[in-house]
Amino acid sequence: MHTVLQSLMDQVRNAHASATPLRIRGGGSKGFWLHAQAPQELELRAYTGVVDYEPSELVITVRAGTPLAEVEALLAQQGQMLAFEPPHFGPTATLGGVIASGLSGPRRASAGSVRDFVLGVRIIDGLGRDLSFGGRVIKNVAGFDVSRLMVGALGSLGVITEVSLKVLPIPAFDVTLEWALQEAAAIVRMNEWGGQPFPVSATSWQNGRLRARLSGAEVAVRAAMHRLGGDAIPQGAAWWASLREQSAPCFETSRPLWRLAVKSTAPPLGLSGAILTEWGGAQRWIASDHAPAQLHKAARDAGGHALLFRGGNPAIPHLGMLHPVLGQIHRRLKHAFDPKGILNPGFPGNF
Amino acid sequence: MTAMPTQSEITAALSRWLPPDAILFQPEDVRPFETDGLTAYRQLPYVVVLPRTEAEVQAVLRYCHEAGIPVVARGSGTGLSGGALPHATGVLMSMSRFMRILDIDPLARTARVQPGVRNLAISEAVAPFGLYYAPDPSSQIACSIGGNVAENSGGVHCLKYGLTVHNLVKVRAVTMAGELIELGCDALDAPGYDLLALMTGSEGLLGVLTEITVKLLPKPQKAQAILAAFDDIEKAGHAVANIIASGIIPAGLEMMDGPATRAAEAFVHASYPLEAEAILICESDGTPEEVLDEMARMKAILESSGAIEIRFSQDEAQRLKFWAGRKAAFPAVGRLSPDYYCIDGTIPRRTLAAVLKRIYEMSHEYGLEVCNVFHAGDGNLHPLILFDAAKPGEFERTEAYAGKILELCVEVGGTITGEHGVGVEKINQMCVQFRPDEISTFHAVKAAFDPEGLLNPGKAIPTLHRCAEMGRMHVHHNQTAYPELPRF
Ligand SMILES: Cc1cc2nc3c(=O)[nH]c(=O)nc-3n(C[C@H](O)[C@H](O)[C@H](O)COP(=O)(O)OP(=O)(O)OC[C@H]3O[C@@H](n4cnc5c(N)ncnc54)[C@H](O)[C@@H]3O)c2cc1C
Repeated sequence: MHTVLQSLMDQVRNAHASATPLRIRGGGSKGFWLHAQAPQELELRAYTGVVDYEPSELVITVRAGTPLAEVEALLAQQGQMLAFEPPHFGPTATLGGVIASGLSGPRRASAGSVRDFVLGVRIIDGLGRDLSFGGRVIKNVAGFDVSRLMVGALGSLGVITEVSLKVLPIPAFDVTLEWALQEAAAIVRMNEWGGQPFPVSATSWQNGRLRARLSGAEVAVRAAMHRLGGDAIPQGAAWWASLREQSAPCFETSRPLWRLAVKSTAPPLGLSGAILTEWGGAQRWIASDHAPAQLHKAARDAGGHALLFRGGNPAIPHLGMLHPVLGQIHRRLKHAFDPKGILNPGFPGNF
Repeated sequence: MTAMPTQSEITAALSRWLPPDAILFQPEDVRPFETDGLTAYRQLPYVVVLPRTEAEVQAVLRYCHEAGIPVVARGSGTGLSGGALPHATGVLMSMSRFMRILDIDPLARTARVQPGVRNLAISEAVAPFGLYYAPDPSSQIACSIGGNVAENSGGVHCLKYGLTVHNLVKVRAVTMAGELIELGCDALDAPGYDLLALMTGSEGLLGVLTEITVKLLPKPQKAQAILAAFDDIEKAGHAVANIIASGIIPAGLEMMDGPATRAAEAFVHASYPLEAEAILICESDGTPEEVLDEMARMKAILESSGAIEIRFSQDEAQRLKFWAGRKAAFPAVGRLSPDYYCIDGTIPRRTLAAVLKRIYEMSHEYGLEVCNVFHAGDGNLHPLILFDAAKPGEFERTEAYAGKILELCVEVGGTITGEHGVGVEKINQMCVQFRPDEISTFHAVKAAFDPEGLLNPGKAIPTLHRCAEMGRMHVHHNQTAYPELPRF
C-alpha cells in the first residue's frame, strides 16, 4: 500500500479510537464553504498522482490530492476535459475537493454535474477502513451507488482518496452569442432552446443581457448561430471562466451570497439583490441580507432550495429543512460510514 | 417477532385496504408472477398485491412491516437477474396498475409518470412536443420505468445520452415502514446527500417507487448509421478505440462477433456480411450538419482501422434495418439452441481482444457455444451461452461458465454487471468484486432505509457468511479475506 494512504488510514484510525474530530483538507480552496470545525486536520495534499488514464477509455483515475489544474492540463493534452467544468476557486484546488463539494460550472445544465461523471471512489471511512466502490468502467451497477453518494457529502461520509471520472472530448468549436432581453423572457428563451436540437453548452442572464455558448463541430455551431441570431461576442471564453470561478464583477459584493437552485422554468423570483441566472434558469445567485427563511421559502416555492454560499453567518452550511424521514435516513447513513462522527463535523448539519 | 402469519391471515388483513381484485393467492392466479426474465429461477409468491394508489402501497407496506412479512416489488418482470423473484412466504407487490402519465411539462422538458408506465410509452407520449426519453433498453416496449430506475438500466444510446441515473429529476418512494419520501427535486440538485443516485440501481431494496419524474431531450433532427465489417475482432476493437480517441462520442457504437452476426442475419435478414468476424454499428445523430461531419470522420477512421466493408444507411428504413439485427440479437441467438444464458459484464475496452479470446477458450473447455454482443462504446459485454436445460448438468455447467466470465471481467478491471443488476443471479460474484468491509457497508446502507431487511431480502448484496461458504473469496493485496470466519 502507498505509504501516504497508509498514514492517512492510521490517522483516521487513531482519531476514531480517541473520538477526535478531523477537518479534511485538500487544497483549501473551498474551505469558505465547508466550515468544518475540528481540532485536528487531515491533510490530503500529499496523496497525489494519476493512477490510470487511457484517453480512448474516456476514464481517468486520480488520487484525491492531485491538483485540479494538473488533471485538466493532462486531459487537455489529449483533447479531453472534465465536462462539468468544476470551479477551482484558487490554484490549489484538488480533485478530492471537487468531488466532496460537488460543485459544477457553466456546462452543468447541458453536460451534467460532478455526480454524473463519477464512476468510482476509494474512501477511508470513519473507522479508518480502505473501501472501494464503483469502478473504472462507464457502466457498472454492482452494489449500491456509494460513489455518487460521496459527491457533495463534503467529506462527512468518508475521506475520498481516489476517484475515477468519465471524461469527454473538448468540443472542436465554441462561440458565445448575446441578446438584450429582460429576465422573464430570457428564462423562457433558455428553456425553449433546451427543447430544441441546438448545441447550447452554457447560458447566463445578467443585467438585461442573455448569453449562450454554442459548442460542437464547427459546421453545427455555425448552422445554429445562423438560426439563433444574436450577436457573437469576442470575449466569450473569459465570460464563462469568470462565472465558473465567480470572478465576474457581479460577484463582488459585501452581502451574503445565496445560491438558489430552482426549477428552470420558474419565473423571476422578484427578490432584490438578484445578480445572475445560469444553467438554463435553474441556478440563480442573490446577494442580499434577506432573512434566510425568506430565501428558503422563495426557493421552495420555485421547486428548489436555497443555500448560503459565501459570507453571512458561516456557522453551518444551511440545508434548509429536510423531511423528518429523510433526516433520519441521513443520520443513519452518517452513522453507518462514520459512527463516531469524526469526519468533517458540521455537515449535513441539523435537520 | 411472533409466528409468520398464514396466507389467509395476510389476505384477510390486506383486504382492509385493498379491493378483492387487488389481492391474488390462488396458485393459478399467482403463477404468472413466479419468475422474471431470468426464467431459470422460479418461486410461487405467497400473496400478490396489485395496488393502485400510493396510499394503498403505504398501507400494505406498513402492515407487512409490522407483521415482519418480506415484500418484493415488481414492474414488468423483464429483469434478467432475478431481482423480482418472489419470496416464498412474502408479498409480491406488482406495480402494473400504476400506469398513468401524470404530467408533461414541455418547456421544462420533464414528464412525471407512475412507475408501471412502459419505457417506450413515455417517448410516445412526449413525441408531439419533439421530445423523447433517452435511455432505451432493448426491452423498452415492455419494461417499466420503475424497473428501469431500480436497475439503472441502459440502452444502445447511453454512451452519449447516459443511463437512467443521468435522466432523472426526482422520484417518490415508500419505505418499508410505509413512509413516503421524495428524492431529488425540480431543481438540478437537492439538499443533503444524493439519495436519488443511491436509490437508482438499488434493485428494489431501499423503497418502492411510486412516482418518477424523468428528464426529456429534444429529438435529434437526423440519425444515420454505419455498418462496418471486420475480418478480425481485434481490429474492430481498435476501430472503436480510435473513434473515441478522435473526439467523437457516437450516438450508438455496438459490436457483434461472427457467430452473433450470423445468428442475427438468419433471423431478421438485415443483410449483414456473413464472412465478417465482427461487425460494428456506429450511429451519429444531431443536426444534419453535425451528422454529415461526424459520418465522414467515422468512415475515415473505420477505413484506416482495417474495415473490409463499410455501408452508410441511405434512409430511415435502412438505418432501422441495420439496428434490427442488433436489437433482435437475443431472440436470434435463442433460435440456435433450446436455451441461452445472457451475461452482462463490463470491461475496460482495451482488454476486449484478450477477454474474448479467453471466452472462446472457455467455450471449448465447458463444451458450450457462445455468441458475443457488445455495447462497445461503453465496454458492456453480453456473451450469450447456448445450452439445453433438458440435458442433465448442462445448466449447472452454463452457470459455472458464466461465473468464470464474470470473474474474468473483474480480473481485467471491470465489473460483474453493467446494466442487468445483481439480483439473485450474480450474488456469489459480488464476493469476488467486493471485500467484506465493502459488503458490510452495503448492508449498512440498506439498513439506513430498511433496518429490518424486509424489502427484497436476499437480493443484490450477499451475506458475508454466504461469501465465505461459497469459497469465492476476494483476494486483495494477497491477503485472505475473512480470516475471522472458519473455512469449510
Ligand atoms: C429481451 C430483453 C432485453 C433487455 N435489454 C436491456 C437493455 O438493453 N438494457 C438494460 O439495462 N436492461 C435490459 N433488459 C433487462 C430489463 O428489461 C431491465 O432491467 C428493466 O429495467 C426491468 O424493468 P421491469 O419493469 O421489467 O422490472 P422487473 O423485472 O419487474 O424488476 C426489476 C427490479 O426492479 C425492482 N422494481 C420494479 N419496479 C419497482 C418499483 N416500482 N419500485 C421499486 N423497485 C421496483 C424489482 O424489485 C426488481 O428488483 C432486457 C431484458 C430483456 C428481457
